[in-house]
Amino acid sequence: MTIDRRRFLTVSAATLSSALFAACNSDPKSAHKLLALAERKNELLERGLFRHTEMDVVPASAKLAGNDFPKYFISERMPVWDTAANGAWRLEVSGAVRRPLSLSLDELTKLPSITQTVDHFCVEGWNARAAWTGVRVSDLARLAQITPDAHYVDFAGFDDGYHESWDLDSAMHPQTLVAYGMDGRMLGPAHGAPARVHSPVKLGYKNTKYLTKVVFLPARNGGYWSDQGYEWYGGT
Amino acid sequence: MARLVKRNHWIIRVTHWVNLVAIVLMTGSGMRIFNAYPRFARPGEHFRLYRWEGHPIPDWLTFGGWLAGARHWHFAAMWLLVANAVVYLVFLFLHGEWRDLAPRRGDLRDAVEMVKFYLFVRRDHPHQGKHNALQKGAYFAMPILGAIIVLSGLAIWKPVTLGFITALFGNYKWARFVHFVAMVLLLLLALVHVFMVFAVDPYSLRSMITGWYDRTRSPEARNARPFYHLFARATAPDPPPERAAP
Repeated sequence: MTIDRRRFLTVSAATLSSALFAACNSDPKSAHKLLALAERKNELLERGLFRHTEMDVVPASAKLAGNDFPKYFISERMPVWDTAANGAWRLEVSGAVRRPLSLSLDELTKLPSITQTVDHFCVEGWNARAAWTGVRVSDLARLAQITPDAHYVDFAGFDDGYHESWDLDSAMHPQTLVAYGMDGRMLGPAHGAPARVHSPVKLGYKNTKYLTKVVFLPARNGGYWSDQGYEWYGGT
Repeated sequence: MARLVKRNHWIIRVTHWVNLVAIVLMTGSGMRIFNAYPRFARPGEHFRLYRWEGHPIPDWLTFGGWLAGARHWHFAAMWLLVANAVVYLVFLFLHGEWRDLAPRRGDLRDAVEMVKFYLFVRRDHPHQGKHNALQKGAYFAMPILGAIIVLSGLAIWKPVTLGFITALFGNYKWARFVHFVAMVLLLLLALVHVFMVFAVDPYSLRSMITGWYDRTRSPEARNARPFYHLFARATAPDPPPERAAP
């Protein structure tokens, strides 16, 4: 075989260096297709690795973040449920369910609950520990009798339309809660009162605060941050 | 004896340059991700091992634009980095090239001699094979740092699903710190490597592009220190033999 070796090498070197040059100079948008492909493949891998038996374990001696737990919302002012304008707060569980639920806070807190000290993993890179009290989303799903076409869940709140949708598997993880208590007290408005989603299996932005709706869906429904470019899956 | 030897197999050459691209993408996007929370302490806690808590890395060193963009680049380019490393390591093992990098008795002594030579304590370049003892140490350390980076990266990517890996580093915070420190060490080694290529042995660039190396231009033949005897040519008729060409 007669390969002009020198020419081959020159061409390879030129291609490689121009690719490098392009990667550094061109608008990274030209790579978006490749990045989107990687995100889809990564999600498949992440969902394949996901197990309900893999739990977040925080040592008993761990210090809780307490008052230093970061407070976050997207509204201009801290969202507080306005009973005068909207009536009493209720949590609606609906969508692909046989028995839609509408629970008052009192009814929610009377359901079987757990208290767990777990991490909160923020996409920014910090983690913070707190003791969360609430009802497992899997228990709510059982109560509402989700139908076989429920593959996703959308968690929506009254924080200026904030919502994030999840894959059902992550929502049914035993550490995924609709939490109404934090560090032994009822949830305060800075952390999503009266109730919020909390789970160590998803990054913070997937954990909708100021929760009002849990809607089981046959298809995913994006989310506040996922629609702006953050990974939709956002699993830990 | 032949003046020109084939020093680097094409697999070594290709993986070397792909590695450069992968490391630029990974460190650039990684530093952009770090800048979203440029500290290692958890909220409300202190972390004494890092002096620059709260100081972001200069923007011009980062890549990906914003946190979400940098995360997409990071989680895509990681496959390039890992796939390329696997090809390199498998080749190194199957082709026997690992012998050029594996530590041997006497390496430490040889490394001390190299330092003495660079510091003008010793007059003549120590005898060496393909690499001098300092190079060998650096090229051996790089894949090890790489393995630590990949492992700690998995630990902070999936701290619950792959929690057993996170536990190897203590916890999430420590895994993140190890990931960062190992990255800095790898970058420092790479920068020293690039400096030494241009200051001591620019002729090795050819061997990483075409594969061929002129042994009469080797640092040992030129008795070359950084910026010394850069353009000299060996006067000795027979430079010391390198490993036989494959």
